[in-house]
Amino acid sequence: MIPPEFDYAAPGTVSEALALLAEHGDEAKVLAGGQSLLPVLRMRLNAPGIVIDISRIEEIKGITESGDAVRIGAGATYQDVLDSALVSEHLGLLHKALTEVADAQIRHRGTVCGALVHADPAGDVGAPVLALDARMVIQGPDGERTVDASDFFVDLFETAVGEDELLTAVEIPKHTGWGAHYEKFVRVSHQWAIIGIAAAVRVEGGTIAEAKVGLTNMGSTPLRATSVEQALVGKEATEDAVAEACAQVGEGTDPPSDLNGQADYRKHVAGVLTRRAVVAAAGG
Amino acid sequence: MNITVKVDGTSYTDEVEPRTLLVYYLRETLGKTGTVVGCDTSNCGACTVLLDGRSVKSCNVLAVQADGHEVTTIEGLADGETLTPVQEAFRECHALQCGFCTPGMIMQATDLLATNPSPTEDEVRVGMEGNLCRCTGYHNIVKAVLQASGQPASSGGEQA
Repeated sequence: MIPPEFDYAAPGTVSEALALLAEHGDEAKVLAGGQSLLPVLRMRLNAPGIVIDISRIEEIKGITESGDAVRIGAGATYQDVLDSALVSEHLGLLHKALTEVADAQIRHRGTVCGALVHADPAGDVGAPVLALDARMVIQGPDGERTVDASDFFVDLFETAVGEDELLTAVEIPKHTGWGAHYEKFVRVSHQWAIIGIAAAVRVEGGTIAEAKVGLTNMGSTPLRATSVEQALVGKEATEDAVAEACAQVGEGTDPPSDLNGQADYRKHVAGVLTRRAVVAAAGG
Repeated sequence: MNITVKVDGTSYTDEVEPRTLLVYYLRETLGKTGTVVGCDTSNCGACTVLLDGRSVKSCNVLAVQADGHEVTTIEGLADGETLTPVQEAFRECHALQCGFCTPGMIMQATDLLATNPSPTEDEVRVGMEGNLCRCTGYHNIVKAVLQASGQPASSGGEQA
């Protein structure tokens, strides 16, 4: 399968990339690692006039400390993030979720920010980023703006990033000392999640003091299970207490029905997996 | 567009279309047919090569993305007649049936052992999850990777 013809540009700076986006409008697609874009092109689901490769832009490659947060640049691959001591120490949930993304080869090329903009609801990156209250750093013709993760995911494969804009980084507040677990439910180990549960909890003296729960593939965007988070606070970190708080996680969600499972099945499994994720995150 | 890529130690400069996938550049322009196209959907891993030392699926990388970088294919591993430990172990453990997935398996195993020289059996299985064998030959593949790591390969149970 050969992609359709397109022009190719590899700008060296963000401002060059933005100029190309402004020039080409909806004819342009941005390539970072290409691990989602290339399959789309090969299957001819999209036929851009120009592919703008941002992987050679040095200024957006780093993973750095930024006050209370860790800033992951748009050029950082999954593997870069997995190898980052900052991420391991302060963003355990993201680290765990990324170990479940596809396979080693894909993780060597694909990028966290690329996956966020691609916004596949079955991808593993959105739920932890949403649960950890990330801020998206977007650059466009009018300069830089920041969008909360809760306002970033608009719909299936659609985000707050405009056609003339570039997601240059994601800033994720540190969750140092939080327990974390990503429970991914799949038939084939390197495939997309049938559903996934991203859970981070802060336990004090055996009791859950704070909880954050994100859901993968339980709707057209990653979701935040706020009612479960509230129900978990003050509960003992035991299987029974957690199970009760998690049982209704599927309420109000609109998961897809497909060959891997019907919507009602996903809602049921979500309750089971949320319990498992939270118990594991709490160290149980 | 003109690209310069170092492949298996030799530098090549060629004119390619931007849409050319790295695997087709390797096979059809350079004639390095040791790297095969399996699924062509970035699932099976048969086309795995090393790009700047890390494994990638070469059907999921554009040749232009490799411009200025270094590629190692299955053809670049052996030193003349001397096989690498991974290649040797695949032969000794009979880690293949039809052999189509083997180039990708060996490249991924090479990457895995470069970063984790003494993996457990579980780590080998997870580390090789992006490579599919349709002859159901995983057992001997895992054995070969463990043997290449210098560990005694058990008969499929826990490591000693």
